[in-house]
Amino acid sequence: MTDFWLHPALILIVGCFVLPLVKGPAKKTFMMLVPILAFLDVVMMPKEGIYGVVQFLDWHLTFGRVDALSMVFAYIMTLMCCIGTLYGLHVKDDSQIIAAWVYVSGSLGVIFCGDYLVLFLFWEVMAFSSVFLVWFRRRPQSLATGYRYLLVHAFGGIVLLAGFVLRYQATGGDLSFVHLDVEAPNLSTYLIMIGFILNAAVPPLHAWLPDAYGEATVTGAVFMCAFTTKTAIYTLARACAGMDILIPLGVAMALYGVVYAVLENDSRRLLAYHIISQVGYMVAGCGIGTALAINGAVAHAFAHILYKGLLFMGCGSVLHMTGKSKFTELGGLYKKMPRTFVFTMIGGLSISAFPFFSGFVSKSMIIASAFSEHILWAGFLLTLASAGTFLHTGLKVPYFIWFGKNNCSKETWEKAADPPWNMQAAMAVAAALCTFIGCYTPYLYNMLPNKEVVYQPYTPYHLSETMQILLFTAFGFFLLIKKLAPEPKISIDLDWFYRMGGRGFYWLARKPIQSVDTAWSEGYRYMGLIPLMTVSRFWSWFDWHAIDGVVDGIARSVRSVGGRVRRLQSGQVQYNLYYAVSFVAVMLVAYVLC
Amino acid sequence: MSIVKLIDFFRDRLPTVIKIGYVVLALLVVIDYFVDKEHAHTAIEHLPGFWAVFGFVACTLIIIISKWFGHLGIMTREDYYDD
Repeated sequence: MTDFWLHPALILIVGCFVLPLVKGPAKKTFMMLVPILAFLDVVMMPKEGIYGVVQFLDWHLTFGRVDALSMVFAYIMTLMCCIGTLYGLHVKDDSQIIAAWVYVSGSLGVIFCGDYLVLFLFWEVMAFSSVFLVWFRRRPQSLATGYRYLLVHAFGGIVLLAGFVLRYQATGGDLSFVHLDVEAPNLSTYLIMIGFILNAAVPPLHAWLPDAYGEATVTGAVFMCAFTTKTAIYTLARACAGMDILIPLGVAMALYGVVYAVLENDSRRLLAYHIISQVGYMVAGCGIGTALAINGAVAHAFAHILYKGLLFMGCGSVLHMTGKSKFTELGGLYKKMPRTFVFTMIGGLSISAFPFFSGFVSKSMIIASAFSEHILWAGFLLTLASAGTFLHTGLKVPYFIWFGKNNCSKETWEKAADPPWNMQAAMAVAAALCTFIGCYTPYLYNMLPNKEVVYQPYTPYHLSETMQILLFTAFGFFLLIKKLAPEPKISIDLDWFYRMGGRGFYWLARKPIQSVDTAWSEGYRYMGLIPLMTVSRFWSWFDWHAIDGVVDGIARSVRSVGGRVRRLQSGQVQYNLYYAVSFVAVMLVAYVLC
Repeated sequence: MSIVKLIDFFRDRLPTVIKIGYVVLALLVVIDYFVDKEHAHTAIEHLPGFWAVFGFVACTLIIIISKWFGHLGIMTREDYYDD
């Protein structure tokens, strides 16, 4: 057991190949079995060591660097893969599950890799597999959204690659994925960091996230919200811990997400903006870089994967059942979808860091580390953002979907009901874990990378502080509820530049370039096409009269031979064998005699 | 069904629920007088009810500033990108 190490991504990849072959009642069992095996593989694997080293040209590629940091991420990611697959168990389309598993494999590949070459390989696998989770929505706009997502990530990949190449050159061939020199950062350090923070959706490189996650399939969004940004947090915690610039970036993104969440009318896009906000805490935690801050970033990523998955499952269930995700088309659904409401509410309480829910034991660690490092502005602004979190995810989402003004059309109202059993079961598992993490802190704390840090979230002062912030936020929410009423609008974000920039390019292509192209084609038509047509007419005549005559002649001969051969055969196997054996015997005799 | 009944039970008694809510808010501030603030990070946090004011002001600021920002022209019609 000690020397044996199996990459959990391999289990998922093999599962992808076998899945289309499994039919009938065994299919659902198989679908659950694959991610559970991957999870068990992570749970059972040795806790420390270097495995899966492959020699490729001049490089030693490391596929399996196992330590406390990679273990905790691999644990939660494979666990989330189990929950997400359970949630998508009703999906008839195998390709969606396959895309999701390949995507998770990419994420696991990054987590266990020991050098930048392997990292880059799996980084791209993540982008190119997750885009299918957008395309499989199959709406007219899904295709364009997917391409935008892919282009942004391709850009990020190139920046990352440029960073790796420069570093390779500067260090004389060192590609190992270890902590970068953040005290004296050079161009390669910054390029690598930019590549990482693009995947963490740090503004101004964030607009891909709400764009894609709002458009993804119901199951696809549950996967997407867990893996890309949190894998980026893993890479930041590994390579860029203590990089000062990450603190203002993280705080800015925590607030940015909150502001856009106020304006958002689509529930899943609102949750997407709150990913930006929550990942902001983790980015700031990586920037602070102390043992407590890194523990906090990791703990928050762990808790976040579960409660954000749960929230996307809740809003996804509403979308799955009613076909609607906008607040202006929903409302008053508690009578029709009560269980979904309870599960989503647990997700909302967890993200808002209510005592006894997961966010309380993880988010506070990052804020505490900011205060203990005397970065007071960061501490206070992050606390302010957490009031915003409760305002939206804990209050606005549940209120305007399940209570509030009933904006449902008659059709929406009739379709609304709690979702199929598997979706409810997945939500129940995630909700139970969110509560368990909040109530029994050693479960999460014992997995954190810096074991020497002792942190106790349940002090009377912390409880009093949190309850005051949260309940007075709720008070403000109900006082200002008229101002928060959803509006059927979209908000322009920084994707405007490439969406409209792309349009500018399109205009350029259509007007000046196309007019040249049209002139060219016209000229070609007279100069080239008319003579060509005359020549081709001749060849067509030749083909019809000459070649076909020959071919038809051959065909007629073959048919008549075939007819004669058919008469020789009686159609029985033994006769065929008899003729074949006789033929071989005749040939053998002829060979021996000659 | 029982979840719906429970929600309806509270909705039918909304004025009472709101009153209880106010009592809870007041109690939170009162309790804050007696909480040991040894772990407080800054001097200002020793003011009783500091975080209550902070929470309320934060919530109000977030809503008002965001809406102001949105109405600067950031919020636009839904078919903005469709032409």
